[in-house]
Amino acid sequence: MKKDLILCGVGGQGILSIATVIGEAATAAGLCLKQAEVHGMSQRGGDVQSNLRLSTEPIWSDLIRKGGADLVISMEPMESLRYLPYLSADGVIVTGSTPLVNIPDYPAEEDLRAELESLPHVIVRDIDAIAREAGNPRGANMALLGMAAQAIGIVSAEQLRTAIATVFGRKGQAVVDANIKAFDCGLEAAKR
Amino acid sequence: MEKRLLLGDEAVALGAIHAGLSGVYAYPGTPSTEITEFIQANAKHIRSRWCTNEKTAMEAALGMSYAGKRALVCMKHVGMNVCADAFVNSAITGVKGGLVVLAADDPSMHSSQNEQDSRFYAKFAMIPVFEPGNQQEAYDMMADAFALSESLKVPVMLRIVTRLAHSRAAVTVGDGRAQNALSPAQESWVLLPGIARRKYLELICKQPAMQQASEESAYNKCVSLAGRPLDVTAPESTLGIVACGIGYNYVREVLDGEAEILKVSQYPLPEQKLLALARKCGSILVVEDGQPVVEEGVRRIIGDIAPVRGKLTGDLPRTGELDPDNVGKALGARQTPGLSPARNLSARPPQLCSGCGHRDVYAALNKVAEEYPDHRIFGDIGCYTLGALPPFKALSSCVDMGASITMAKGAADAGLFPAIAVIGDSTFTHSGMTGLLDAVNDKSNITVVISDNLTTAMTGGQDSAGTSKYEAICIGLGVEPEHVRVVVPLPKNMDEITRIIKEEIEYKGVSVIIPRRECIQVAARHARERKLQEEKK
Repeated sequence: MKKDLILCGVGGQGILSIATVIGEAATAAGLCLKQAEVHGMSQRGGDVQSNLRLSTEPIWSDLIRKGGADLVISMEPMESLRYLPYLSADGVIVTGSTPLVNIPDYPAEEDLRAELESLPHVIVRDIDAIAREAGNPRGANMALLGMAAQAIGIVSAEQLRTAIATVFGRKGQAVVDANIKAFDCGLEAAKR
Repeated sequence: MEKRLLLGDEAVALGAIHAGLSGVYAYPGTPSTEITEFIQANAKHIRSRWCTNEKTAMEAALGMSYAGKRALVCMKHVGMNVCADAFVNSAITGVKGGLVVLAADDPSMHSSQNEQDSRFYAKFAMIPVFEPGNQQEAYDMMADAFALSESLKVPVMLRIVTRLAHSRAAVTVGDGRAQNALSPAQESWVLLPGIARRKYLELICKQPAMQQASEESAYNKCVSLAGRPLDVTAPESTLGIVACGIGYNYVREVLDGEAEILKVSQYPLPEQKLLALARKCGSILVVEDGQPVVEEGVRRIIGDIAPVRGKLTGDLPRTGELDPDNVGKALGARQTPGLSPARNLSARPPQLCSGCGHRDVYAALNKVAEEYPDHRIFGDIGCYTLGALPPFKALSSCVDMGASITMAKGAADAGLFPAIAVIGDSTFTHSGMTGLLDAVNDKSNITVVISDNLTTAMTGGQDSAGTSKYEAICIGLGVEPEHVRVVVPLPKNMDEITRIIKEEIEYKGVSVIIPRRECIQVAARHARERKLQEEKK
């Protein structure tokens, strides 16, 4: 079994933390993993993505082929559309709904929403609102991870919770609990 | 033996630590920065403070090698240009303790101004290269590179590319080896012509041993796909593939037919293995990330035994990095269509952070510049290069580290006025100081802005070599003290800053303005660290 994921957003939105948690869960589960990250100049408010490949078999390429991704997990709606050519015909998009507008030619919000809704498998939720309701306004990325948990599949929600505890453990139990709460609220929101 | 999830850069670093490294010397540069950061964080017993530039790093590493200990020097590809003098001559002096030169190339220019291929430099200096294909090899090769360096008494290059440097995978790591004892070289390293001629001949005489090491290297291995054994009687139509470094991964990812593959990860090119491959294949495809270094070499070695395809023939793109799609196309592999590109999608280029001091510097410069329609602002390498993009569009050039000052000087020499240079604090100490001395000696009419954010920001906030020394450096180089002006780049100080810029433009000579305010990313990190410390108390 294999799962190819593209994590994306805008530099500074915390996609690398999502990748770290999934990576930790996959490693603990004994899966093979390759994770290509973006460091450097693009991190300054530009578009960023990470190719995350998980498999029960050895993986060759660090990069995902066009048409090969099973899942796009995006912090931001326009960024979720950037990787459509990489998404397989039955691939899934899980994205936050709040636009981050830091460019002059950002598309109209209703056009974005319409294009997202026209795609076959899409889960769009307000991850900032979910994180606030969870009492963890800075936990939007963990809310998004919760929303994507079902689609990730190759590691379970419980394995992801354990990974959150490992990754954030050194920041104390309060941070771990807040992030798991945001994750669980995301998980529930995706079902609604 | 334990398994660890490591970035390619971290695998290189841990490999070096376990190989008995005594010192790492480096200037930050994407995608090489994380190597030195990993050693700083995980091996306090190893000398690891950042260097002023790649040349000082290379020379210090050579000095440690002279003293008998193992040294690593790390840089991004363009750093090779900066240290080229020391690098090329280190092959002629030879080494005592193992010396590994890590060059991180950036095909696709993710964070760079060119795609130069460091393997050319190794060929130029006539030294061996290791090119890992994955994180495990990056770790394993470090021990082999140090051992080869000590046995052949030459520096050895380890060449990686961005995709490996910044990709994570599980690596099986072993135990460490002790550092070398202090044992300085006994023979002369004085490259006076008489000695240099002899030592250059020694380097030439080492070439067959390098060649033999490549022929025998387990990293240069033949792989027969579809389970067919290596067979000299195989039909002539068999496709031969020379896959270098991570190019091998893309081939294995996409190839759905039969092929004979020679994976190349150690140079000089293994000529005998290449000839054997060519003799049993109908054609050869060369898959390499970067410039067509190997493709040219393969043509030279195999002559007209078999036709060679690659970047020079247009079978693979001449620019940009390899990926499974372009390699798949060159191999005629099946493609799976993805979804159509989105309709509602705009480019989102990187930009200066909201609240960044460079923003205030450019706002002030643009305001003053309105009064001087003939002005030009010469830029440099760092976050502030983003001042070339909207909304500022302030810069006319960005070429190499330090070029802002010297290009402004040359333009001023030609009569351009006002000629303004914008350079960051770390870039100034890297390569700007010598140019400023030229300008002072020539009494050039230039205005230099050293935008000091107290860090090397673009690579993630490393220490900057000259922090708290800038006024002293400029005055020491001969800039008149009354024309070294310090301001705090904040919107509330805009009137003062624009007045000072105007005064210094009007001064007919070299003036330096230092807008100084800490990078907001680093300031936030420092605040978090302080909070964490207080919580511990």
